[in-house]
Amino acid sequence: MARRGAPGVATARRRRSSPARRRVALATALTLSGVVLAACGGGDTSGAPQLTWYLNNQAQQPLAEACNEQADGAYEIETSLLPNAAAGQREQLLRRLAAGDRTVDILSLDPPFMAEFANAEFLRPFTDEEREEFSEGVLDGPLEQAIYQDTMFSAPFYGNTQLLWYKKSVAEEAGLDPENEEVTWDQVIEAAEQTGTTVAVQGRRNESLMVWVNALVESAGGRILSEDSQGLPADEVDAVIDSEAGAEAARIMNTIATSSVAPPGLSTAGEEESRAAFQSENGGFMVNWPYVWKAFEAAEEAGVVPEGFRDDVAWTRYPQVIPGEASATPLGGIGLSVGAYSENPEAAVEAVRCLRSPESQKEYMLTAGDPGASEEIYDDPEIQEAFPMYEAIREGLTEAAPRPISAYYGDVTGAVQQGYHPPDELVPAVTPEFTAEFIEGVLSNDQML
Amino acid sequence: MSTTVPAAAGEVREEVSRADGRPRDDRPRRMTDRARKERNLGWLLAGPAFFVMLAVTAYPIANAVWYSLFDFRLTDPDGRSFIGLGNYVTILTDGLFWRQFGVTAAITVVTVAVEFVLGFALALVMHRALYLRKSVRTAILVPYGIITVVSAYAWQYAFTPAYGFVNPLFGSDLNWFGDTLPSLFVICLSEIWKTTPFMSLLLLAGLAQIPSTYIEAAKVDGATAWQRFRKVIVPNMKGAIMVALLFRTLDAFRIFDNVFIMTQGANGTETLSFLAYRQTITRVMIGLGSGVSVILAIIVLLIAFLFIKGFKVNLAEQRGS
Repeated sequence: MARRGAPGVATARRRRSSPARRRVALATALTLSGVVLAACGGGDTSGAPQLTWYLNNQAQQPLAEACNEQADGAYEIETSLLPNAAAGQREQLLRRLAAGDRTVDILSLDPPFMAEFANAEFLRPFTDEEREEFSEGVLDGPLEQAIYQDTMFSAPFYGNTQLLWYKKSVAEEAGLDPENEEVTWDQVIEAAEQTGTTVAVQGRRNESLMVWVNALVESAGGRILSEDSQGLPADEVDAVIDSEAGAEAARIMNTIATSSVAPPGLSTAGEEESRAAFQSENGGFMVNWPYVWKAFEAAEEAGVVPEGFRDDVAWTRYPQVIPGEASATPLGGIGLSVGAYSENPEAAVEAVRCLRSPESQKEYMLTAGDPGASEEIYDDPEIQEAFPMYEAIREGLTEAAPRPISAYYGDVTGAVQQGYHPPDELVPAVTPEFTAEFIEGVLSNDQML
Repeated sequence: MSTTVPAAAGEVREEVSRADGRPRDDRPRRMTDRARKERNLGWLLAGPAFFVMLAVTAYPIANAVWYSLFDFRLTDPDGRSFIGLGNYVTILTDGLFWRQFGVTAAITVVTVAVEFVLGFALALVMHRALYLRKSVRTAILVPYGIITVVSAYAWQYAFTPAYGFVNPLFGSDLNWFGDTLPSLFVICLSEIWKTTPFMSLLLLAGLAQIPSTYIEAAKVDGATAWQRFRKVIVPNMKGAIMVALLFRTLDAFRIFDNVFIMTQGANGTETLSFLAYRQTITRVMIGLGSGVSVILAIIVLLIAFLFIKGFKVNLAEQRGS
């Protein structure tokens, strides 16, 4: 179309314009038609299937390049970067897939959103053989959140878990020994109170608040949704957060938010604000992802924190809610899924195989700081050196509690985030009941979010 | 209202014939050649745009109204079912809607009122500036040239407790985005800063329309500056004031960017646009979200209607057609 239209434009101009202008017009028309044709084409003629990988982090780009080289023409991965925030990533992928976007070949998918995508048939299920292959040597946490209704929809790529970070000097002053004995939230709060320091947590109303609530509820032996809610229609899903565990979670969150241990701006603090609070002079404790270790290093280099800051920093497993009962550690990470509308699903699976290979995982962990999902990564001396807390991470990923695996996760997390926010206004006797009713009200379309 | 726009030729003739004292409806109204040609030219010029507008606005609006009658979740296309006005019942019986309606209305009233006063003052400054006229106008218009999202981020950073400059400046440690009122304060401030120039630009256009002879005559009659402002300037720019207030009210009522960037709707700062966004984009509940959007559109139409009736200004008449 563009080709036919272009000379027409030039002919029309010929009558009036000078030869010089005519040439300019012709050149413009040709350039434009070239642009249009190039935009329409998109396909490569070299024969290698073109795959598009929607990344959630620019640091994943080198993996695509490395795999392209290895593939030697079997496929060619192009990358496209998703928004920064988890919610934004979900929105873009969801809308693309709902529109049947054929360019979504490989997705870096946040595991809590996997069930929703799978239920809408937006993802190509992995076959039994592929499932077996992609489960091999994978830690329990990342594996659990890759499965929906006994089918694997996401190949575990990296896992993520939060640790309790603390300053050795503060713990010592408070007489706490987190290195050798498990600590509870109450102990942490008390220690911070005694020493005039803060407990940095993520109180901002977004996905990180959900991570905190889920970890607290699960650590107290409760759940947000009942176990058998997975395959049910939206209006039959059973919210069970109205329990003692839900009340315990509200109590701990409220205690932190209303006491002297709350860092400034707790109700709007995300991961980075928590890190800033911990880095400040009266920082004492923090729950956060392992990426902070590399961030501390960068802060030291930039002079934001005094040199040797990290010598005083230690880590241990996520705090317990009930003394003596192992905590359910928060779980994050990314799985690699294949889009249901991909034109080259076989090549996409082949690419996933390469992108999540232990070598790729190790490479990615070293460059981006996100912990691999496969157990063998943690035996690697290079990883052990770069991540002195590797054992705590491995333990966290093994004993983690995924967020609810539900086809309506978006609504569930939205409702929980509204019910459990702001932390300083939570009431243990009211919040869990309100939240449970709110989740069910939203899911049965009686209430808005 | 008195205007200085000359009437079209055809109208002059009509006025003349009425001045004869003959009732207007006596003779069949025939269109003059010129009027017909003008009408045809009008269609030729505006017709394509009219049809494009139909395609890009009327169709989506009709589509949204249609969708709002369904229980329709994008991730569950098979579960789509017709529920009539069910979505509207859900929306209007949900306290959330009314709370957010209240927040939106409060933001609108506060920002438009402040913008109007500031905008008027700035318009007078721009109108009267004797020196550096162009520089003054440019300086005043700069905030309007900044993208809302960018200005929202700038204001958010300024007020963030951890690294903003506002708290150290006033020696406070308030978490501005931790509570409803301070959050709304910053949101309104950003909104006012950004759109006051627009208001003043519209008002400046109104000021420029007032013939200087009116003001001089008032001066000769001994009117004070305040009397001239109240009795001459304001009544003569009623149309411009209405347009300025109407445009800003409609804009303010659809506020989204500032809230989205600064609080993501936390702490009771959610507005109606945000509600529509959350249902449609985040929850992919196309039916429910369309319902909210339709209600929002109706409210906006209602505001426009009330403004036009309330000000008793007929913009079409003003044009002299």
